[in-house]
Amino acid sequence: MEHKHINLKLEVWRQQNSKAKGDFESYEVKDISTEMSFLEMFDVLNERLIKEGKDPIAFDHDCREGICGMCSMYINGRPHGPWEANTTCQLHMRAFNDGDTIVVEPWRANAFPVIKDLVVDRSAFDRIIQAGGYVSVNTGNAVDGNAIPIEKDKADAAFAAAMCIGCGACVAACKNSSAMLFTSAKVSHLALLPQGDPERKSRVVNMIAQMDKEGFGACTNTGACEAVCPKEISISNIARLNAEYLSAGLTS
Amino acid sequence: MLNSKIPAGPLETKWSKYKSTCKLVNPANKRKLEVIIVGTGLAGASAAASLAELGYKVKAFCFQDSPRRAHSIAAQGGINAAKNYQNDGDSTYRLFYDTIKGGDYRAREGNVHRLAEVSGNIIDQCVAQGVPFAREYGGLLSNRSFGGTQVQRTFYAAGQTGQQLLIGAYQALERQVALGNVTMYSRHEMLDIVMIEGKARGIICRNLVNGELERHFGHAVLLCSGGYGNVFYLSTNAMGSNVTAAWKAHKKGAYFANPCFTQIHPTCIPVSGDHQSKLTLMSESLRNDGRIWVPKQAGDPRKPNEIPEEERDYYLERRYPAFGNLVPRDVASRAAKERCDAGYGVGTSKQAVYLDYADAIKRYGKIEAGKKGLSSTDEATIIALGKDVVKEKYGNLFDMYQKITGENPYEVPMRIYPAVHYTMGGLWVDYELMTTVPGLYALGEANFSDHGANRLGASALMQGLADGYFVIPYTIGNYLSDEIHVKPIATDHPAFAETEKQVRERIEQLMNIKGTQTVESFHKRLGKIIWDKCGMARNEQGLKQAIEEVRQLKKEFWSDVRIPGNVNEYNPELDKANRVADFIELGELMCLDALTREESCGGHFREEHQTEEGEALRHDDNFMFVSAWELKNEHDWQLHKEDLNYEVVKPSQRSYK
Repeated sequence: MEHKHINLKLEVWRQQNSKAKGDFESYEVKDISTEMSFLEMFDVLNERLIKEGKDPIAFDHDCREGICGMCSMYINGRPHGPWEANTTCQLHMRAFNDGDTIVVEPWRANAFPVIKDLVVDRSAFDRIIQAGGYVSVNTGNAVDGNAIPIEKDKADAAFAAAMCIGCGACVAACKNSSAMLFTSAKVSHLALLPQGDPERKSRVVNMIAQMDKEGFGACTNTGACEAVCPKEISISNIARLNAEYLSAGLTS
Repeated sequence: MLNSKIPAGPLETKWSKYKSTCKLVNPANKRKLEVIIVGTGLAGASAAASLAELGYKVKAFCFQDSPRRAHSIAAQGGINAAKNYQNDGDSTYRLFYDTIKGGDYRAREGNVHRLAEVSGNIIDQCVAQGVPFAREYGGLLSNRSFGGTQVQRTFYAAGQTGQQLLIGAYQALERQVALGNVTMYSRHEMLDIVMIEGKARGIICRNLVNGELERHFGHAVLLCSGGYGNVFYLSTNAMGSNVTAAWKAHKKGAYFANPCFTQIHPTCIPVSGDHQSKLTLMSESLRNDGRIWVPKQAGDPRKPNEIPEEERDYYLERRYPAFGNLVPRDVASRAAKERCDAGYGVGTSKQAVYLDYADAIKRYGKIEAGKKGLSSTDEATIIALGKDVVKEKYGNLFDMYQKITGENPYEVPMRIYPAVHYTMGGLWVDYELMTTVPGLYALGEANFSDHGANRLGASALMQGLADGYFVIPYTIGNYLSDEIHVKPIATDHPAFAETEKQVRERIEQLMNIKGTQTVESFHKRLGKIIWDKCGMARNEQGLKQAIEEVRQLKKEFWSDVRIPGNVNEYNPELDKANRVADFIELGELMCLDALTREESCGGHFREEHQTEEGEALRHDDNFMFVSAWELKNEHDWQLHKEDLNYEVVKPSQRSYK
């Protein structure tokens, strides 16, 4: 693969802790190979900052292959940057041109307080799952795996919803900071499967109640969440969640 | 003397007999017993959920911001189970046999048979949780092939099987959190084990958000903290994966077994430059349909699509006609290295081979055309149809390749090269998964127990979940039944205070070095030493040199590392320094282990010990044992040998020809 080296200007959000007032700081990075990942470019910058006796930029990351959902940068006004169906860690520098300025911010939502710089607290998502995002089956209770045939289309649709990596890009992209895409993906995953059926009503009601309690905003169907989702979770899941919620209310 | 506690009796009844005779804890007493679980991957999350369901009070810890992000999530290809749904001759015995053989006869028969026995229950459990495995049109579960086997026993969810299984276990864990049976501590790292009267009774951990040290009591401590592949710096592991929990246990007396048994995975995206921070795996499932080749002419300058069929060397199919592209990982990796070292490598670095889907696309295209009654259609249509099939099976992997390399794998063959992926070695455990420290257990990749010298594909997920869902719930009772009279120990106990003090002093020592070199730079140097001298091929001279170099590196680290920031705050560089310091010590032990094991087996290839055809040559007469290392002093370990007795399988020279 052909590659080149580019120079860039970064505007990065720096914030000491959740209580401090943050601000942008500018950095020049030079001689960046277009084969690098976006986070490797940050590694290079941080190595330099440490050597200069400065505080490196804190950012969340772990698997660096687009599946753990830990990385979370808001790049040039878009969660995870310019590429479609992508996480920050999979973004590569060939997405940028020599001389570009790149603005990097944390996820911004009341329910995701900043811990430091680009690192936010997403434990609200765990609490939404605790409210009902599971099948209540203890270890050892299961029948044979093939005893419950599931239509391939339904299994595939459940999988498509279950692919959510819980990164929070949907919340970051939403003008209301709504967590509807995240919540609906889990509701859909389990509502589409027979295993999820017995708890269908309580699940959707309780997960939505928790979502509201955490301070996420309402959904106004702008579709920004779907557009930035690294796993292309469909907004049709939100429609399914609404139907499930309505039906739970009517029949309870 | 090491006692593996393998139950007596015939192989196939050992586990059932154990289960029906082990001691139990009654429900009222379970509520009084506290269990600490470090790590929330497949092993940790499944153990936490299962033990909490039983009634134990569980505290679970992970360094990530959520238990859902543990590195099990990145496992792609699948999970093995001896269900024989395909009617192709699979059985518990075959899965057991394949695993023992794949491990090059360096695993325990008793453990591996138990693993095969519970493998089917794992699938059932995951299905019941709502894990959306791939299915056939009839609604039943689908299977595919993996390396080192001749049956189809791998269950999968596209290329994201680990993700789906982990989310299943995570949801079961979160359910127990909601019920108040598990307390979850995210962004916490265990930094030491607290020992009281010879038993593990708790941990000291660092709250990674505010830097505070915390004390936590448990009647037992379970380490489910994964493998140590990041000792190589570049690996397919997540950036945060580390050996620290296991290493602290080692320093507290837990023996470390077979540390030199590391798995180099044959199909990873090659290194592109010095900036590289990690390597990305391309699932072994790709070897189902892809064909691996290099040009027959060394240094061939042509593009892959310009090289005609007869000038390509499909070296795995040539060398191993029976298994072809599906030979076990260690064999495939060495074969790739052999071709590249001989000058046949491709790409700019020449450290890569091709993984080609052109044939598979045509083959699937023809099948699809047949289904649609388009048997006489043109080649372009066939290729288009075939691409759709490949996209459905492997789409996410192909997309990932394209993002990283900028090349379209539907059009040009992928370039791949082996990379560190998994560590078979780990804390020594007995049949009950207890380490040599009473009350301290190790589950999943953190222990050494089931994969011998080489792990077969799709078996890591199986082992992690077997340990957590189906083994520990029984074996821990056998220990805790004798602990029911032990009241929870207050964390102001002198042992907690003393251990915390030691942790604090070490952190202060690190911070006070105020040297000139970054943590990352030390980690890179360590990785290069281990990769070059204790990687895919090892020899006596190199290993001796490596030990010297690692010792030197340790001195330099402790006198010149620079850690920015403060102790009492969010400080990832400090966390990394703690981990790298432990990796350095482990690196020395790995080299020592590789040096003393004067044979080749599985992933451990000593150049001095190979057949005329370049295959691994075992020396069963001298090395049919597990090496369990006890730390005596700095740079000083004592070797304990656990003899491996093969009562059922007769070890032979592994052949995949």
